[in-house]
Amino acid sequence: MRHYRFWLATILVTAVIAAWLSLPNNPGIRLDLDGDGVYEINREIRVVQGLDLQGGSRVLLQAAPGTSYDDTTMEQARLNVERRVNGLGVTEAVVQRQEGGRIIVELPGVQEQDVAFDAIKSTGLLEFVDFSNVTPGQYAEGACILTTEQVARAEARLAEGEQPPALTEYTCPAQDPTAEPEPALLNNGQPFRTIMTGSGLADAAATIEGQIGTRWAVNFVLRGGGEGVDRFIEYVGSHANQPMAIVLDGRLLSYPTIQPDLAASARAGTMDGGIITGDFTREEAQVLAAQLKYGALPIPLDIIAFDTIGPSLGEISVQRSIRAGIIGVTTVLLFMLIYYRVPGIAADLALLLFVVVNFALFKFIPVTLSLPAITGFLISIGTAVDGNILIFERIKEELRVGRGMERAIEAGFSRAWIAIRDSNLSTIIICFILYFFGSAFGASAVRGFAITLGLGLAINLFTAVLATRVFLHTIVSLSGDVLRRRPKLLGV
Amino acid sequence: MFQFAQRRKLFYLISATIIIPGLIAMLYSTIQFGSPVRLSIDFTGGTLMEVSFVENFSEQDVRDALNAYGLEDIIVQRLNPITTDTIEGAHDAAGSRWQIRTKEIDDISHFRAYLRENLGEFWSPQSVEDDPQREAALTTSSVSATVGREVTRAALTATLAVAVVILGFIVFAFRRVPHAFRYGACAIIAMFHDILVTMGIMSMLGIFFGWEADALFLTAVLTVVGYSVQDTIVVFDRIRENIPKYRGESYELIVNRSVLETIHRSVATQLNAVFVMIAIVLFGGETIRQFIAILLIGLVSGTYSSIFTAVPLLVSWERGELPFVNREAKRIHHEAPAAR
Repeated sequence: MRHYRFWLATILVTAVIAAWLSLPNNPGIRLDLDGDGVYEINREIRVVQGLDLQGGSRVLLQAAPGTSYDDTTMEQARLNVERRVNGLGVTEAVVQRQEGGRIIVELPGVQEQDVAFDAIKSTGLLEFVDFSNVTPGQYAEGACILTTEQVARAEARLAEGEQPPALTEYTCPAQDPTAEPEPALLNNGQPFRTIMTGSGLADAAATIEGQIGTRWAVNFVLRGGGEGVDRFIEYVGSHANQPMAIVLDGRLLSYPTIQPDLAASARAGTMDGGIITGDFTREEAQVLAAQLKYGALPIPLDIIAFDTIGPSLGEISVQRSIRAGIIGVTTVLLFMLIYYRVPGIAADLALLLFVVVNFALFKFIPVTLSLPAITGFLISIGTAVDGNILIFERIKEELRVGRGMERAIEAGFSRAWIAIRDSNLSTIIICFILYFFGSAFGASAVRGFAITLGLGLAINLFTAVLATRVFLHTIVSLSGDVLRRRPKLLGV
Repeated sequence: MFQFAQRRKLFYLISATIIIPGLIAMLYSTIQFGSPVRLSIDFTGGTLMEVSFVENFSEQDVRDALNAYGLEDIIVQRLNPITTDTIEGAHDAAGSRWQIRTKEIDDISHFRAYLRENLGEFWSPQSVEDDPQREAALTTSSVSATVGREVTRAALTATLAVAVVILGFIVFAFRRVPHAFRYGACAIIAMFHDILVTMGIMSMLGIFFGWEADALFLTAVLTVVGYSVQDTIVVFDRIRENIPKYRGESYELIVNRSVLETIHRSVATQLNAVFVMIAIVLFGGETIRQFIAILLIGLVSGTYSSIFTAVPLLVSWERGELPFVNREAKRIHHEAPAAR
């Protein structure tokens, strides 16, 4: 180890970067490489709190037993759930597919279980709605529309003896969670007439409009003999040049105008599908096609496990964990200083570096900090100093045998290194195993613990050995003869 | 000089006074609950709910309400109410706070509506009430039997994998040591010592205080096992190093010397871990207190066993005091030179 200056510089640079990343109000990393005002690299740097700290819900859904599903239908089911969850206005919601027809939903900050569960569980209701007396532009996309089908379904859900709500009481959940729910629009005091639900569609696909062009449209195919299909054909035949609305979960998707030639084919009895044009981009067309195809094509999802953590518990946990962390680290710092004196200073500096680097990585990667994750980190602090203790005990022994200070320090580090490496490696492997164990839904708390403990041990190999060594060497060379004359300062 | 190796019988006795009650507790627990430690819903499936009411009830009131709902296997526990000073802006403490565990409840919304109807409003701190998106301070988890079985399977896989890793680690650490088998066996016995201590204490805590083993409990045990083996290896390493250094000294003396040399490290390391963990137990989040407590017990046991179980065992083995194994060991001892 001759390049102490080089390593000292490296450690200092690392420390500065880590400290900057750890700043509570770190602005994030934004780089505009070509100067066009658009950031090529835009990364937020912040602490991601786990559900147990933030409060929130986590739901594991599975395709109901007996239903068949494949990749496409599961992906569409996932998209549907995601759309609904976004409709609840949850920020940072996570909707992920898992093996075996499962979807995992994380809703940070949501304790309104009933609302969340209803939204997640129900399969979408896609409707084609009678808009014959609506003029183009009268309603905006996304308007909340009440239909006869929705009323019928709501009444079917009523418990015995319960009164149906008044038509004016129907609402759609607001996009903005803090706003009041949006009242549903009525058609002259009555619900709009549902012509057909999505179950009448056999297929839908995005397609390029015309021979050449960049405009996209959506082709759909009717399900022969499906419920409401006859009514649909009848409506199309008799309402040429009038609009028909497509409504998904009470929200207006679009209301295309029925073209005369489609109406003619409907009257002639040759209509088995059609095309919806509307100046779509490719993405818009694909989304609409997916919504038509799967919006109401149910894969019934069952909730097979869930967690809800109340917000107050999370708030208390955050405060307490921070307090516990500070008290724990301070005690360890003091212990090392008192027990090992001068090497203790080096160990303390290395420990502070360890804490800062860890925290910076938590924010940078980012690692979701849950209570078990914080525990894993705090325990890795214990292991971090263990490395130093092994080294310092060795150094003391070497000094007692009468070896010179520099040689004793070198010998202490090189002899303890193998023990530190082996023990850290074996625990890191155990962390890997725990990490995979934590991929089971019920054991997910384990994952955070495994990540932070494993990360801590890996960083420890750098801080406990390299950084402490460099710090100790620097202190010894700065102190000159003082240390040589008073071995007490080295804890001997 | 403290005699670690010489007083080995005393140390065996100390271990036995902890492990034997633990074994009895595990036996009792197996008869009573069907498993050596009480298992949480993570493994068994079910619904666990934590709820605060504005009013104060007796445990019987809550139990009656749950029975009337037709729930089976109910466990009700009173928790300390969340005090006002722990949350900013809380107006007053909850009347009563409960933990309820039952078989899986299918319609949780309906169940909560039922609780509201029969036991009055849920309590929530002011800061929560002011925020329309947040609901009462409730914590619920529900796990279906299928998911519970999957976690159980994952737990078994993880345990097996850790066992393989540790065995590999031990084989690796003692690969060039004479009597490698003996060292390895003693390290493994010390490890089982820690598992038994941890499980036994957990079992007792389950019987007397209703503690339940969840996924984190297993994590604690597996982590402890890793640390325990490392502790033992540090001590054994030193014995190994000292044997050629002090030729002519008795084995017991060398072992004693080695323990004394490493005990600073053991104690210092242990103290630091204990500082951190006690800080978490006393000041940290409530929900992981059990996890930390088990980790703490396991780590203390791990350090104890590396010095007071593994080392004395090694000496007993050397002196031929061990029943059963020693015949075996002697045979290996005799065969070893022939193999060279």
